[in-house]
Amino acid sequence: MTVNGQAQAHDVEPRTLLVHHIRENVGLTGTNIGCDTSSCGACTVHVDGQSVKSCTMLAVQAQGAAITTIEGLADSARADGLSVGAEDWHPMQEAFQQCHALQCGYCTPGMVMAATSFLKENASPTEHEVREGLEGNLCRCTGYHNIVKAVLSAAGES
Amino acid sequence: MIPAAFEYKVADSAEAAISMLGEYGEDAKLLAGGHSLIPMMKFRLATPTVLIDVGRISDLSYIRANDGHLAIGAMTKHCELETSADVAAHAPLLGHVAALVGDPSVRHRGTLGGTLAHSDPASDLPAAVLALGGTIVAQGSGGTREIAAADFFTGYFESLLGADEIITEVRIPTATGGWNYQKFNRRAQDWAIVGVGVAEGGKGISLVNMGSTPIRATAAEAAVANGASAADAAALAAEGTSPPQDNNADAQYRTHLAKVLTERALNAAGVA
Ligand SMILES: Cc1cc2nc3c(=O)[nH]c(=O)nc-3n(C[C@H](O)[C@H](O)[C@H](O)COP(=O)(O)OP(=O)(O)OC[C@H]3O[C@@H](n4cnc5c(N)ncnc54)[C@H](O)[C@@H]3O)c2cc1C
Ligand code: FES
Ligand code: FES
Repeated sequence: MTVNGQAQAHDVEPRTLLVHHIRENVGLTGTNIGCDTSSCGACTVHVDGQSVKSCTMLAVQAQGAAITTIEGLADSARADGLSVGAEDWHPMQEAFQQCHALQCGYCTPGMVMAATSFLKENASPTEHEVREGLEGNLCRCTGYHNIVKAVLSAAGES
Repeated sequence: MIPAAFEYKVADSAEAAISMLGEYGEDAKLLAGGHSLIPMMKFRLATPTVLIDVGRISDLSYIRANDGHLAIGAMTKHCELETSADVAAHAPLLGHVAALVGDPSVRHRGTLGGTLAHSDPASDLPAAVLALGGTIVAQGSGGTREIAAADFFTGYFESLLGADEIITEVRIPTATGGWNYQKFNRRAQDWAIVGVGVAEGGKGISLVNMGSTPIRATAAEAAVANGASAADAAALAAEGTSPPQDNNADAQYRTHLAKVLTERALNAAGVA
């Protein structure tokens, strides 16, 4: 598989979950584990460009796939011809900062990954569609309003 | 949470999967999208010792509009049903219901064959297939057979599928009549406390989470066929069901919901 564009070859036990593989074998700890039961979305990454809960996929199922994590999102933005600004952030990361869409930040990597995948499928969503699109991602701090604002703002820019 | 150890095999065709099921027997399970099986394995509610990954069989991922029916490969993902123009044109209920399953990340992985084989009475897509009068095509060492969705589900997480059979295709008769789906839940991303699917102006009415299998509301269907009003037909929606009791709802409340939701669904499907 590739992770953020880099080829990764590891021998893993079949029962290794993708999220453990990313964190422990590949060594990228931006992807969080929240519930570990497919509900919270903290572990969201892109598998071949689509959001997936990496606690609900085996690493072996991702053999041959292109994985993007929060650490590789700016690179993927560059590849899509989006501006990454001085901070080297994906426009969604920029929008989260500008709209104050995080407090503790635990849900944020997953939120940003889910939101970028969602905008690929629906480039100019309504507020209601944004809320439905982020249905699988829980935030215990913000009350969601600023997250929704950030996604709408990022949609307006792209 | 980590599943118990297992051996991982990749099947590159239905035939390969069937022969592996024969070889490894009872302890083997097919893995499609993994969005029912992996959570169960993490809780150790399922402990197969061999997993046969059929999710890579691209030959089983297709949506074809044939004469009189849609043919859908078992590995077709929920998100593909949701966005398919053919599904929207020939079985809009199915595409609409696919978009209500879980959340977008779940829909990027879950498959139509997987949700049918899993046979959870609380799942949405089996009820849609049931209301639409669909047929499930299963292939095994003994050949291929077609099973009407109405016969397929036999009990809680149980179906007619044999130990060495794999679902390869789902056929949905072209549906042009009024349709609707009512999914009642309290939290985002949840399963339905009760759901009701209506196809073909009430010819097919199915219920979610009203028994040990997805079921048709046959008394209500018969009433609609005899020209009853939506309200009169809906009053019969829970007839013959034995709804489960859990921390979301007791049986009485589910019975009430089934009637209310059936009336709403029939009205929305154009039955006055
Ligand atoms: C957070 C979350 C929320 C969800 N919410 C909903 C919801 O609201 N409504 C809903 O309906 N569902 C929901 N689901 C379930 C989801 O739709 C699953 O994807 C689906 O039930 C199973 O499909 P799968 O491809 O993932 O199957 P898998 O998990 O891979 O397999 C499920 C079972 O089917 C068998 N199987 C798989 N494919 C075949 C085949 N082709 N032939 C024979 N046997 C096969 C497997 O051996 C296994 O026993 C949710 C899941 C999650 C994780
Ligand atoms: S950790 Fe994967 S969904 Fe919560
Ligand atoms: S910012 Fe704390 S969980 Fe979302």
